[in-house]
Amino acid sequence: MERISKDDVKHIAELAELEFGEKDIEKITSQLDRILDHVANVSSANTEGIPPTSHILDIKNVFREDMAEESVTQESALKNAPDEANDGFKVPKID
Amino acid sequence: MEIHYLTAHQLKDRLEKRQISCTEIVKSIYLRIEEVEDRLNSYIRLEKESALSRAGQIDKLISAGSDIEDFMGIPVAIKDNICTKNITTTCASRILENYIPIYNATVIDRLESRNYILTGKANMDEFAMGSSNENSYFGTVKNPWDTDRVPGGSSGGPAACVAAGEAACSLGSDTGGSIRQPASLCGVVGFKPTYGMVSRYGLVAFASSLDQIGPITRDVEDCAAMLNIICGHDRKDSTSINVEVPDYKSFLKADIKDMRIGVPKELMVEGIDREVKEAVYRTIKLVEDMGGIVEEISLPNLEYALSVYYIIAPSEASSNLSKFDGVRYGYRNVEAESLREMYRRSRAEGFGDEVKRRIMIGTYCLSAGYYDAYYEKAQRVRTLVINDFKKAFKKFDVLISPTSPTTAFKIGEKMEDPLTMYLSDICTIPVNLAGLPAISIPAGLSGSKLPIGLQIIGNVLREDNVLKVAYSLEKVIGFTGRPGL
Amino acid sequence: MKNEYEPVIGLETHVELYTNTKMFCGCRLSFGEEKNIYTCPVCLGHPGSLPVINKKAIEYAAKIALALNCKIRKYTIFHRKNYFYPDMPKNYQISQYDLPLGVGGYLDIDMGSYIRRVGITRVHMEEDTGKLLHKGITGRISESEASIVDFNRAGTPLIEIVTEPDIRSPGEAKEYMIILRNLILFLDVSDCSMEEGSLRCDANVSVRKTGEDKIGTKTEIKNLNSFKFLQKGLEYEVKRQIKVLEAGGGIIQQTRHYDSKTGTTKVLRSKEEAHDYRYFPEPDLVPIYIEDKMIEDIRKTIPELPSAKAKRFEKQYGLPKYGSSFLANDKSLADYFEQCCRHYNNAKNIAKWIMGDFSALLNKEKMTIKDSRVTPENLCKMLEIIDKGKINYKIAKSVFEEMFSTGKNPQKIIEDRGLEQISDEGLLEAIIEEVIKDNPGPVEQFKEGKDKAIGFLIGRVMAKTKGKANPGMVNEIIIKKLS
Repeated sequence: MERISKDDVKHIAELAELEFGEKDIEKITSQLDRILDHVANVSSANTEGIPPTSHILDIKNVFREDMAEESVTQESALKNAPDEANDGFKVPKID
Repeated sequence: MEIHYLTAHQLKDRLEKRQISCTEIVKSIYLRIEEVEDRLNSYIRLEKESALSRAGQIDKLISAGSDIEDFMGIPVAIKDNICTKNITTTCASRILENYIPIYNATVIDRLESRNYILTGKANMDEFAMGSSNENSYFGTVKNPWDTDRVPGGSSGGPAACVAAGEAACSLGSDTGGSIRQPASLCGVVGFKPTYGMVSRYGLVAFASSLDQIGPITRDVEDCAAMLNIICGHDRKDSTSINVEVPDYKSFLKADIKDMRIGVPKELMVEGIDREVKEAVYRTIKLVEDMGGIVEEISLPNLEYALSVYYIIAPSEASSNLSKFDGVRYGYRNVEAESLREMYRRSRAEGFGDEVKRRIMIGTYCLSAGYYDAYYEKAQRVRTLVINDFKKAFKKFDVLISPTSPTTAFKIGEKMEDPLTMYLSDICTIPVNLAGLPAISIPAGLSGSKLPIGLQIIGNVLREDNVLKVAYSLEKVIGFTGRPGL
Repeated sequence: MKNEYEPVIGLETHVELYTNTKMFCGCRLSFGEEKNIYTCPVCLGHPGSLPVINKKAIEYAAKIALALNCKIRKYTIFHRKNYFYPDMPKNYQISQYDLPLGVGGYLDIDMGSYIRRVGITRVHMEEDTGKLLHKGITGRISESEASIVDFNRAGTPLIEIVTEPDIRSPGEAKEYMIILRNLILFLDVSDCSMEEGSLRCDANVSVRKTGEDKIGTKTEIKNLNSFKFLQKGLEYEVKRQIKVLEAGGGIIQQTRHYDSKTGTTKVLRSKEEAHDYRYFPEPDLVPIYIEDKMIEDIRKTIPELPSAKAKRFEKQYGLPKYGSSFLANDKSLADYFEQCCRHYNNAKNIAKWIMGDFSALLNKEKMTIKDSRVTPENLCKMLEIIDKGKINYKIAKSVFEEMFSTGKNPQKIIEDRGLEQISDEGLLEAIIEEVIKDNPGPVEQFKEGKDKAIGFLIGRVMAKTKGKANPGMVNEIIIKKLS
């Protein structure tokens, strides 16, 4: 049973800001299909009345006080920037 | 015994007795690295100059009369997904090839305060996704026991380093078995602490609810000593547990009389190699000889563990890896003329295939229409797995199992079908789902002289039981094998 | 607006809190200086960084939710909202999804002839994004070749307040925002400035035939960055939708931007895509359990709110509704007023002065009452002096102006300028005699029954006394003399 089509893959790639060439789409679609097919076996587990586990720990209410801590310098912030201008991170035209 | 094969506690002993200097230790390690690194590729980046300079400083401290605490002057390799300030941290990915962190991971701060010596950043599967270290942008790591075979993953580099004497010990990370499985394949010790015991601040996130940093060492004693340093609450990590850290070395007692040891039957299924199973049976006998009580137990929901993991981990990863977009750091496709084009090309060119696969799976499982059936369902089944373990630990002190279904497989053998690779983690994954502490220790060699690992699993925050059983077994197993490099 | 159709409006408001530090890290909040100087690995989205919740932000959020009569959840968590944009350090925003902090509240807005109760669906917490500056001639996103990102603002605590679609006119919408803003200013948790961007508002608008139950297709309107534009934008959009429906067309669900230059709403050139945010619980944070005690402690820190204060002013000081409301809605005016009431017991007089001459001067000088030099004690002294008849209203205005600019006390001003009102009967009689003698014409007219002529005579007396004559007395004496 096909769980994921080429169109699904194209749509997911858009959401994930990835792109695949035409010939790769075939390959990845079939790989993803196989994996999804396998993991879909979770549907056969009986989880009636069973809550989801978002956090394994029983920790709650972890906060910090509203006290200022040192920020990094502008130089550090921009240190790894692939492109910068006017003390900011430069990105190409937003479409 | 060559210096590069001494354990950290043995090196400490010699430093204390002034039998050796820190500089000599570091020089020795680097000689070894120069000798074997070409064949292993366990490091992405070496820090020889600063290591030697550091060693010189530490020798001065020692001659000035400083106390020598654990790991002072000890050469440690750090997996390249742990941020080291001003030292490139790549996660073995093209997308972070030139990324220089502006801060230290908390574990690094802690090691630095103990005057450790960083040998270099160890190779790994890209973004910790893999079980063979064949997914690195910087090339595959080879198993020191047989360089045609994989060292395991994703902490293949850290494990290979320790096995080959390229470091006294290392720090790796474990999300689905990434410390334990390579430790098993390389014949060394690997420990994954209880989730939350070691700060994740500075560990490049793969799956936030599963990741933990842990030590890879030559023996259980070094493991315990390293846990003393890296464990403990960190206010920068909201998921970090706030409990008092015991002295883990105090649990190194060779006494498991009357301890109850369970063997999950679901982890001894047909997919497990015959020789691996036999090693487990031999261990069971050893345990019984020492007065331990061994019994089989069924954890029926372990059947779903692999699927649960391969839904939850990629889902969290797909979100965690969104930050790699070429805007603030990392690889950017500079020809792109528009923002979306830049995002897509940078990520398509920056990430390897396995990473892209997992991002796709994760995005799918979280997407509208599929969230309930996949992600949320997996989180519910995760609860079932956790409940199975809770029930088991009412009856048992620890559980034992193989760490890996097989010994080291050949390079390229499992690369065709991602699923085959995923199955390598079948014994280790359930442990991460439940956040339990677990260790892998060498249990012997196979007929083809490849290491077999044994996994010991404890209840939440019961590192004491795990260390006790591991230490006791280590003594009676008496594994002394060295790769023939 | 045609009565055949009624607008159905819901508002989404974002409020930037002025805590000391950001929502999930210890960086300070910035105030528009150099770019990228208040950042750290966390708010820059560096690999390996982790968020830690700012306790004060939770308290402020709860304060807002309580003031809006919401129920505070005992268990609340953060979710990740995933989408890519350059002002997003992690390309996911830590926000709240189906377990927000506050739910089911309301805010009453007084429209004069009726009160509209606007339901508050939810109040939740999230982090703000960085700022984008678009390079290019016009600075508009669609016309620039590149953009610059500043992450100073990234991570600033943001509260989102969502209303039910209970608002029924652009006027109500504007009033809602004014009242909401006032309320939040009262709570002292934000400076709520639409110009600075610490108060932002988007609207969801649809129309339907009046009396119908169903809600029509709605559009989202953005870029309504002042109260005026909010009203105008909504007026335009409602008209537009009515026009479309009357022509037999259908409303397309879309996001439209308000263009203040043309006063219209437009769809942006960019592709309209339904976002799939792939919400899931934030694994790097643990849940928040809010205890009753915490809620009570926060409730105690909420000052008397404008609506309650206005009612109290009506009752306690006998002020009319308009005056009570005027004063109660401005915390500093209300405080000043009540301080005056301690020194002087004619509340209505105080209110009149504050609302009248005092406010006029404050507005002219663009000051707040807190900055003014007129102390409550001095204002009260002046009112007493007027009561005693020592000066008249016109002189008082002049005295007050000097009090306002110098801070001097009124008694001193009157003495220095010799402004004390003349109420000496003998003196006044003498002056009045003179005026009567000098102005036979108007006197004749008054005797003939033209009452208005007295005004002229009084005016002559005021002129002779440089305005200091007690007008009441002058009036009396003239009438006596001429009848």
